[in-house]
Amino acid sequence: MEQITAEDFQVIDNCLMIRLPAEIDHYGAGYICENADRYLLLEEVRNVVFDFENTRFMDSSGIGIIMGRYRKIACFGGRVYAIHVGKQIERILNLSGLNKIVEVL
Amino acid sequence: MKNEMELIFDAISANEGFARVAVAAFISHLNPTLEELDDIKTAVSEAVTNSIIHGYENYGGYVCRGNGPQGAQAGLQGIQPGLPGRPPEVHPGKVRIYGLLEEDVLHIEVTDAGKGIENLEQAMEPLFTTKPELERSGMGFAFMEAFMDDLEVESRLGKGTTVRMTKKVGSSSWIDSED
Repeated sequence: MEQITAEDFQVIDNCLMIRLPAEIDHYGAGYICENADRYLLLEEVRNVVFDFENTRFMDSSGIGIIMGRYRKIACFGGRVYAIHVGKQIERILNLSGLNKIVEVL
Repeated sequence: MKNEMELIFDAISANEGFARVAVAAFISHLNPTLEELDDIKTAVSEAVTNSIIHGYENYGGYVCRGNGPQGAQAGLQGIQPGLPGRPPEVHPGKVRIYGLLEEDVLHIEVTDAGKGIENLEQAMEPLFTTKPELERSGMGFAFMEAFMDDLEVESRLGKGTTVRMTKKVGSSSWIDSED
């Protein structure tokens, strides 16, 4: 399964954009969390945007990734956004209740 | 028609994708809807991931993967989840998936010989996780329950865990699946 690379993390203004991989499971989750947190720590990032354009599959590991990032930025007033959300991802977000803290654009 | 399959593979995180795709392929001749396929893949992924990271405690992507000084630095600053600096110890355990198709009903059994679940009731509560440091959401069993028709978990401490799931495939018409 192809993983994402450093190019999939981009800081635009005060937003960290993360282009997520085709499949999000536990296997690739560590890399995403680690890299996202590096940006949250080192750059002036307030909000996180998760881009699901390439994503066809996500299990509960994805919920962990989003929830973890939300916890880290919410205390500074940051927000979490999701873009290009497909049907399967949307169901997962709704089922887990994440749709209450993630703004789906 | 009865159709059986059995898969046995190493309990490593890289096999999660293989497992769910293999099960999806097993039922593909029933012409499942995309939604049914996603449901089954998600449920299998949850069960297999549980076996790997909880049953056998193979943390996969979360152990220090030797990504150079930057990784070590991140570990020192405490932002790297998992166990910085510790070499990955991989438990040599296996995960077994047994699949049975009876007409259009899929029975899936995911078995490991790992450490077992101490408190099953608690484990099945949504959001409960024994591994918050791995940023697990605690939604695994909740997803299995939601996406399959039936879920049954059997676990013995020190012996292992078996998750049994059932789902009727090809049942929902395209109108039902619209919402």
